[in-house]
Amino acid sequence: MSLRRFFNRKRRDAELTQEIEQHLAQECEENLARGMSEVDARRQAYLKFGSPRRVREEIRQVNTLAFFDNVWRDLRYAVRTLGRTPGFTVMAVLVMALGIGANTALFTVVRSVLLKPLPYADPERLVMLYERVKDPKNPDNVVSPASFVQWQKASTGFEQMALAHPWATYNVSGEGGQLPEKVAAALCSWNLFSTLGVQPAVGRSFQAADDRPEANATVMLSWGFWKRRFGGDPAIIGKEIFLNAKSHTVIGVMPAWFAFPETATQLWAPVYHEKTPKTMQSLDNHQFYVVARLKPDATLARAVSELDAVQRQIQKANPSPSINDGVNGRLMLDDVVKDYKTPLYTLLAATGCVLLIACLNVANLLVARAAARRKEVAIRAALGGNRWRLIREQLAESIVLAVAGGGAGLMLAYGGIAWLRQARHDLTRVDGIHIDAVVVLFVAGITLASGALAGLIPALGVGGRRVLETLQESSRAHSEGMSRARLRKGLLATEVGLTVVLLIAAGLLLKSYRRLRSTDMGCAIDNVLTMQLALPEARYKEPVQKAVFFEQLIARVRALPGVQAAGLVTAAPGQGWWGDNLVAVVEHPPMPKGQYLDAAERAAEPGYFAAMQIPILRGRTFRESERPDRGNVVIISQMAARQFFPHEDPIGKHLRLNAIDAPRDPLEIVGVVGDTRYYVSEDVKPMMYWPLSGDRFGNATIVVRSTHDVESLALPVQRVIGDLDRDLPVSHVMTMMQLIGQSTVDASFNSTLILAFAVIALVLAAVGLYGVLSYLATQGRSEIAIRIALGAQRRQVLRMMLLNGLAPAWVGLSLGLVGGGFAVRLIRDMLYGVKPLDWSVFAEVGLMLLVVSVIACAVPAWRASRLDPMEALRTE
Amino acid sequence: MARAKYTDKSGEMLQGTLDMLVLRTLVTGDAHGHTIAKVIERTSEDVLEVEQGSLYPALHRLEDRGWVSSYWGASENNRKAKFYRLTAAGRKQLVAETSRWRQMARAIGLVMGEGLE
Repeated sequence: MSLRRFFNRKRRDAELTQEIEQHLAQECEENLARGMSEVDARRQAYLKFGSPRRVREEIRQVNTLAFFDNVWRDLRYAVRTLGRTPGFTVMAVLVMALGIGANTALFTVVRSVLLKPLPYADPERLVMLYERVKDPKNPDNVVSPASFVQWQKASTGFEQMALAHPWATYNVSGEGGQLPEKVAAALCSWNLFSTLGVQPAVGRSFQAADDRPEANATVMLSWGFWKRRFGGDPAIIGKEIFLNAKSHTVIGVMPAWFAFPETATQLWAPVYHEKTPKTMQSLDNHQFYVVARLKPDATLARAVSELDAVQRQIQKANPSPSINDGVNGRLMLDDVVKDYKTPLYTLLAATGCVLLIACLNVANLLVARAAARRKEVAIRAALGGNRWRLIREQLAESIVLAVAGGGAGLMLAYGGIAWLRQARHDLTRVDGIHIDAVVVLFVAGITLASGALAGLIPALGVGGRRVLETLQESSRAHSEGMSRARLRKGLLATEVGLTVVLLIAAGLLLKSYRRLRSTDMGCAIDNVLTMQLALPEARYKEPVQKAVFFEQLIARVRALPGVQAAGLVTAAPGQGWWGDNLVAVVEHPPMPKGQYLDAAERAAEPGYFAAMQIPILRGRTFRESERPDRGNVVIISQMAARQFFPHEDPIGKHLRLNAIDAPRDPLEIVGVVGDTRYYVSEDVKPMMYWPLSGDRFGNATIVVRSTHDVESLALPVQRVIGDLDRDLPVSHVMTMMQLIGQSTVDASFNSTLILAFAVIALVLAAVGLYGVLSYLATQGRSEIAIRIALGAQRRQVLRMMLLNGLAPAWVGLSLGLVGGGFAVRLIRDMLYGVKPLDWSVFAEVGLMLLVVSVIACAVPAWRASRLDPMEALRTE
Repeated sequence: MARAKYTDKSGEMLQGTLDMLVLRTLVTGDAHGHTIAKVIERTSEDVLEVEQGSLYPALHRLEDRGWVSSYWGASENNRKAKFYRLTAAGRKQLVAETSRWRQMARAIGLVMGEGLE
């Protein structure tokens, strides 16, 4: 047996035929020579030779690899059979393609985002370190620089530790006609890149000498920024660029794939040079990510517990509420993906359900076909066809379907991934998502598995039945009895159950998304425009310069036609946490040790509250006169008033800030304003405002409110800014609606996708119900006809058929509700403002499913009840 | 499958004999199928009348095992014919088969000789 011979057999057969012909001709000639007649000579030659055909067959048999031959024949047979019913085939392939496509797309994403190792050297030894706070929801706090220094000294388990502060922004000054630009930058300790094990693509990396206050200012560029801003010119190395109006020497460019700590990071600068020594010696200034590389022989747990002890000592020596007493550490990969793990695995589970439903549906369709061919199969079995052979034919059919579906699914997945990369820029590692060999293997795997699954279920029903009975049944117009369809009903119930689970998940996510969108931000959100700007320290050295700039700016913006109200604040609602400070109430006795009051801090200009329609509940807003010299006044939010001054009037009381770089004088509370949310999905936290005076904050968000069409004001406002300072870039120009939309993109994305999958599942299940009942009605035609002939009411027939069809829906629904009750635990983290066991969602899903299944069953049931008994019985 | 006419029923014992006969025929020189059949018939004084058709599966099998090789050439009356040639491995096989056959024939002779006396 050799493959070569197997594939050559056609040519070899031709050769053999020629050889035999030659042989016969020669024999014939000899016979002629012996004096026989021509006819006789031929006859004798053939007699002597025997049957040439048998010889050929014999040799062909020897050359055949039976297995390949059979498979090839089965496949051809399957293709031909499927070709005869194009409607069925197209349906089945589409259903498979949907299931396989969705799974492939999600698997690709999960693999690229969650499973692929990070692109750094020995990524399994890279660790992220945090200070631990007692917040079960978010136990990680970014690290203070003084703690970091002590960790570095004491640790024995780590080779290197590096700091990274991703929240810096620089104004890159315009040169040679370019516009000024504000870019996201990271401040890092000089060894960040060596800790990660990354070399710059061009130039050199930071050295210890660069990372000191007295060093020359240096900067490294991201590949994208270098290409975009400097045209990828290698001569930029060693040149000066102006960041925040200060000259920095460009020393290197990082490779294109490098994006750390954040994808948006465009520049890296040495932290000890950029920040003041005072900041870098602070124990409670939590500003840094810490990346560390484990020694090859060290374990994560031991290395972290060592630091944990160090941090506890620090806390003991400096008992302050803002100094933490523990350390969290986890592998970098786990850390990077922790926000996406649950949603992605949930989506993958959802697509898995869809694939399973698709398989069950195709299996169901195949069962129906098998049932229709039962007579053929029985005859073949009676004639000695073997069971394995019959099963193999079924399998071949479903595998052909699955392969076609897999091919179409791969294309679907390709489109899906392209869409996903566009829709989810914010996903970590989104750039690494693409279809590769492993994914194609995965597709091949699930294609074969689903083909086998869809084929085996009906195939196992093929053989094993009593042949005679089947022949009798199908020869007479015998109703097969509803019990025959048990297999199909079981499949259907499973399908419905899975659909219910998906629908429940989708319902919960959708509801929590709607909650999120309708969250009361505590301020005006319609027709409000926000934009951010930051005054560079170098050009606005004096607080008074900033104050004057802000004063001029807001006056001019308010004067613009169409502007109803405008204000300035450091961070508008929805823009994030921004910053907080610990405070003490001067009039209260000192707090017990370890307890403290915490409030988010904002600086606002007097008109801000009116502009954002934040109600002033007590007292007043700032006075104009309190602006330039700060006036030691503070306004607090309602939540702060309730927490800091229970059953007391806060007006006239004083707060003292507990921070190094904040004023130590007591601040008089002059007003209480309504609560606003700093982030859409976060709870309201206490907040305090002081006058936007320019001595602490150089950044501001302009909020502009209009009666309509507020976007059209963006350009005039930017022009006003340009008139005041030509080099000042503006960023994040967004309406409040867009701001909220942006922070809910995650919830919107997840709920939309799951909903889409649930709808697909629902349609599939409905089609399945419809198909099964139609099939039952056709099979039971004569039974129904006899019933009607004997006087059964149409209504009774309708009811009987409906109940019959709805039985699997009932079973599936109850299974699904129970299963859903368990499944929702898995998505608890993704819900906002909705309990996992939200009875209204469960009830709505149940109702919807019932309605859909009644509709799906009603059509065939109604058709059965309209049967004309005479006609039906006559055609049998 | 070696099969000679009239000896079909004792085919069991003659299993493989046709192969041996074909190999033996080829010792004297390359030949095509027809010649091989003719030579076997003639040298056995027409006792072994090969059903010529069964010769081809045998040749096919021998070629497959590498005991003969084949090529297309012109026959005596200038027809295109497929010639078979004994290979070195075939020669070795023939020696082995011949000795096995001798042993068998002698054993059978001994048994039959006794029975006849």
